[in-house]
Amino acid sequence: MTVVCDFDLLRPEQGVAALLPDGSQVAVFLTADGSLHALDNIDPFSGAAVLSRGIVGDRGGVPVVVSPVYKQAFELATGKCLDEPSVSVAVRAVRVRDGVVEVT
Amino acid sequence: MTQTLVVIGNGMVGHRLVEILRDSSWRIVVFGEESRPAYDRVALSSYVDTWNSADLELGPLTGCELRLGEKAVSVDRERRVVVGASGIEVTYDALVLATGSVPFVPPVPGRDLPGCHVYRTIDDLDDIRATVEAADRPGRHSGMVLGGGLLGLEAANALRGMGVSPHVVELAPRLMPIQVDEGGAGLLKRLVEKLDLTVHTGTSANSIERDGTRLIAKLANGLELDLDVVVFSAGIRPRTDLDLGLELGPRGGYLVDAACRTADPRVFAIGECAAVEGVAYGLVAPGYAMAEVVADQISGGTKVFPGADVSTKLKLLGVDVASFGDAHATTEGALEVVVNNAVAGTYSKLVVSDDARILLGGVLVGDASSYPSLRPLVGKEVPAALLQPGSAVDVEMPADAQVCSCHAVTKQTVTDAIQSGVACDIAELKACTKAGTGCGSCVPMLKKLLTDCGVEQSKALCEHFTYSRAELFEIVRATQITTFTTLVEKHGSGRGCDICKPAVASILASLNNGHILGEAQVSLQDTNDKFLANLQRNGTYSVVPRIPGGEITPEKLIVIGEVARDYGLYTKITGGQRIDLFGATVDQLPEIWRRLVDAGFESGHAYGKALRTVKSCVGTTWCRYGVQDSVGLAIELELRYRGLRSPHKLKSAVSGCARECAEARGKDFGVIATENGWNLYVGGNGGFTPRHADLLVSDVDTAELIRIIDRFLMFYIRTADRLQRTSAWLEGLDGGLEHLREVVVEDKLGICAELEAAMESHVSDYADEWRGVLEDPEKLARFTSFVNAPGTPDPTISFRAERGQRVPVQLGIPEVVR
Ligand code: SRM
Ligand SMILES: Cc1cc2nc3c(=O)[nH]c(=O)nc-3n(C[C@H](O)[C@H](O)[C@H](O)COP(=O)(O)OP(=O)(O)OC[C@H]3O[C@@H](n4cnc5c(N)ncnc54)[C@H](O)[C@@H]3O)c2cc1C
Ligand code: SF4
Ligand code: FES
Repeated sequence: MTVVCDFDLLRPEQGVAALLPDGSQVAVFLTADGSLHALDNIDPFSGAAVLSRGIVGDRGGVPVVVSPVYKQAFELATGKCLDEPSVSVAVRAVRVRDGVVEVT
Repeated sequence: MTQTLVVIGNGMVGHRLVEILRDSSWRIVVFGEESRPAYDRVALSSYVDTWNSADLELGPLTGCELRLGEKAVSVDRERRVVVGASGIEVTYDALVLATGSVPFVPPVPGRDLPGCHVYRTIDDLDDIRATVEAADRPGRHSGMVLGGGLLGLEAANALRGMGVSPHVVELAPRLMPIQVDEGGAGLLKRLVEKLDLTVHTGTSANSIERDGTRLIAKLANGLELDLDVVVFSAGIRPRTDLDLGLELGPRGGYLVDAACRTADPRVFAIGECAAVEGVAYGLVAPGYAMAEVVADQISGGTKVFPGADVSTKLKLLGVDVASFGDAHATTEGALEVVVNNAVAGTYSKLVVSDDARILLGGVLVGDASSYPSLRPLVGKEVPAALLQPGSAVDVEMPADAQVCSCHAVTKQTVTDAIQSGVACDIAELKACTKAGTGCGSCVPMLKKLLTDCGVEQSKALCEHFTYSRAELFEIVRATQITTFTTLVEKHGSGRGCDICKPAVASILASLNNGHILGEAQVSLQDTNDKFLANLQRNGTYSVVPRIPGGEITPEKLIVIGEVARDYGLYTKITGGQRIDLFGATVDQLPEIWRRLVDAGFESGHAYGKALRTVKSCVGTTWCRYGVQDSVGLAIELELRYRGLRSPHKLKSAVSGCARECAEARGKDFGVIATENGWNLYVGGNGGFTPRHADLLVSDVDTAELIRIIDRFLMFYIRTADRLQRTSAWLEGLDGGLEHLREVVVEDKLGICAELEAAMESHVSDYADEWRGVLEDPEKLARFTSFVNAPGTPDPTISFRAERGQRVPVQLGIPEVVR
């Protein structure tokens, strides 16, 4: 498990990015209803590590983050791209322990 | 003492002038290059019916010295002498140039071969006849007319009369491109093809070669034509080969003022060789009007050229064609009412004003019998009866009526698409029928058909709000809601998305709700606003400091240079008269901006749907032509409107004189200096759909100018759709420019005081956004690549060198996970 940050630092519908020991990056989101999600930070359409900077909202009630580069929506729970169903980003395990957010 | 008037040219207009002055006190000397006295050139084609030139004569001229076959070869304006080809010299007190036009012959190789002709004089027709008679082809001869305009079709008809089957080759995609629209030309083509004409549009002749007794023309589309005769009819050019050292108009022709006088007060020009206030006319009626003007002027009168109606009606090859008024619907908001009856072979289009009340013009093909009653109605109310069965917006249209003339889409096609559920809005109609994707002028009609078919057109912003942006703006303004959460809970549904969140962020910002990265707003901001910088393809950002009006001191330039050097930023001069520094990482942005802010720079809002730049030219300060201080005004405007959030970005420019070096007419609001103040243009756009701005007010002083811009911008901000530039907004505004003028100049709605107050509050509340970030640790904390490793560079970002600067290397380039 890698420490991301104190849970109190997270703001609803705003992502943060964390660096993992292997050099990979993860985007962590807190939704308005309080649930936590972690996705790979690299936007598969541009190759830029920016998903954490996308707008969080919903499509037909499904919570999504929208890539800031070319605006495709990714389902927070599954990493599936709603605009191109054959594409998805990896989902990471995320939890809060003693007020600290951790990911694998 | 008797004064001498010399007229050069004995064509239709020169002839008319002499006729009018026949009984005056002037001695009149006429030089005529052609060997015969003036004749009716308009009826030239009828010469082939009888081959008797006397039938065309315009009536003998008395009371003048007519020197036929005497070309004027030079004029000495100093000595006031005209010299003829035979050496004769005539001294004048007044000189009138009436030299007409020359046919334009495109530079096709082989155009000078025997058998190639032009179509302008009786002699030309005699020559064509001789060529045709000498041809040895059995049966009908074969000819080509280069040019499918009015004259080209006449020439083709004349060839037909000589036993020639003509090919008509027209470069434009349709026949008679100047007079007739696409729909009308389609019908025209079908009708003339029934008459033994072969029409080739959208192509031209690449070469003409002699092959024994034949001519071979190779067309650009690959066709080869085997011909006996070629006639060039690709337009005319005002004839100015007689060089008097006088200025010419922009499209040729001796440049004259409204009194038809050149810069030399003794020299006039009339007819097709004249460019009256820059405009040359290719019809006889305007020429006659000019003859009247000059006759009056040299008799001491003050008559001026009244402008001309260029309507035309002709019976081409027995096919009626008429085109009048604004035949191409170029008037702002003009609607087209088209009836294309393929069975009867008639096409009629009426062009009416955006409210369908005023007749603006029209095109009739196949049956022009209503031309006489329509022509006089241009500019007046259309009687409903006249629109039958053409049908204005209120009159039922027949199902086969063409709604979209650009793509020949009938009402039936459109209503079928709507009723079968294939298309529920304009975008879908465009996609499945192509209607509306050409000139766009049928879009109002498409909307009407949607409404007629009972389709409510959604103005909903997105799935979370059923309101349009303008409605949401009013809701936010009236309720003074300041957070997205409250707004979506009370007036929308769900949690919002990348469409409504930035739109609401923009509305909140337009209504001055503090810093855009404030706690309640930061998560709504679009990509670039969120970091007050423009995201680049590799996840880095660009930095654009404001450089108002493009004016910058060497010291500030040095600071920019130093910052760029120290952070290795790729540096480029933008198209907006400022400097863009690319390749900064999220972590570097605050450090870079601290140095820039310390040096007196502030955010340039290159990232925001906000005022971008106010470009300027140097104006009176340096330019020898400047009439106002354009730099000073540009800076004043840029500082006034900086940071103003709007539905889309806003651009402006100020030019110091009519030469327009700042390209103000391509801007959302552009200002051009005049001797007396400023002209304000609005609704210009470069970008995807360029549009020249429209003149809103002229000759206003600076205070009035700013007052009207304040109102204009606020009115736009309140009523436009999301991401709608002022150009599209103005195009879609009910009542168009006139309505805009009523609202923001005449204050018809009584809202101007409020609009001005809103702008005042923007101006006084303005604060630099970057300074706001640097002064607030909480905002600063967001500028970090990794929450768990602040300061660690993002390993996916790397650069390589190109032309001495750093450019991005894409690491994980779309390795799309499938
Ligand atoms: C930097 C610059 C090109 C340059 O190197 O010269 C530029 C760069 C961009 N332009 Fe532009 N435009 C630049 C001048 C223009 C101009 C010319 C002008 O302003 O005189 C135009 C046409 C004029 C107009 O807007 O009417 C222009 C028409 C556009 C458009 C099309 C707008 C439209 O109405 O169709 C877009 C797309 C959009 O805004 O949706 C765009 C968008 C963009 C974006 C923001 C694309 C993006 O989202 O990444 C580019 C990123 C800039 C960056 O990262 O810093 N840019 N762009 C110019 C910056 C000027 C400045 O100092 O602010
Ligand atoms: C086939 C055809 C059909 C047309 N149909 C129509 C129509 O339907 N409706 C319409 O309104 N218009 C029509 N026009 C155009 C109309 O004929 C012209 O607008 C009109 O003739 C212009 O009159 P003008 O005196 O300016 O020139 P022109 O009549 O061309 O006369 C100019 C004369 O000046 C002479 N000249 C030139 N230079 C010199 C010189 N240096 N010294 C001496 N003489 C010189 C020329 O030889 C010529 O005779 C048609 C033209 C053609 C050719
Ligand atoms: S023209 Fe296109 S590629 Fe070039 S700067 Fe503008 S938006 Fe970017
Ligand atoms: S008429 Fe031009 S797009 Fe339909």
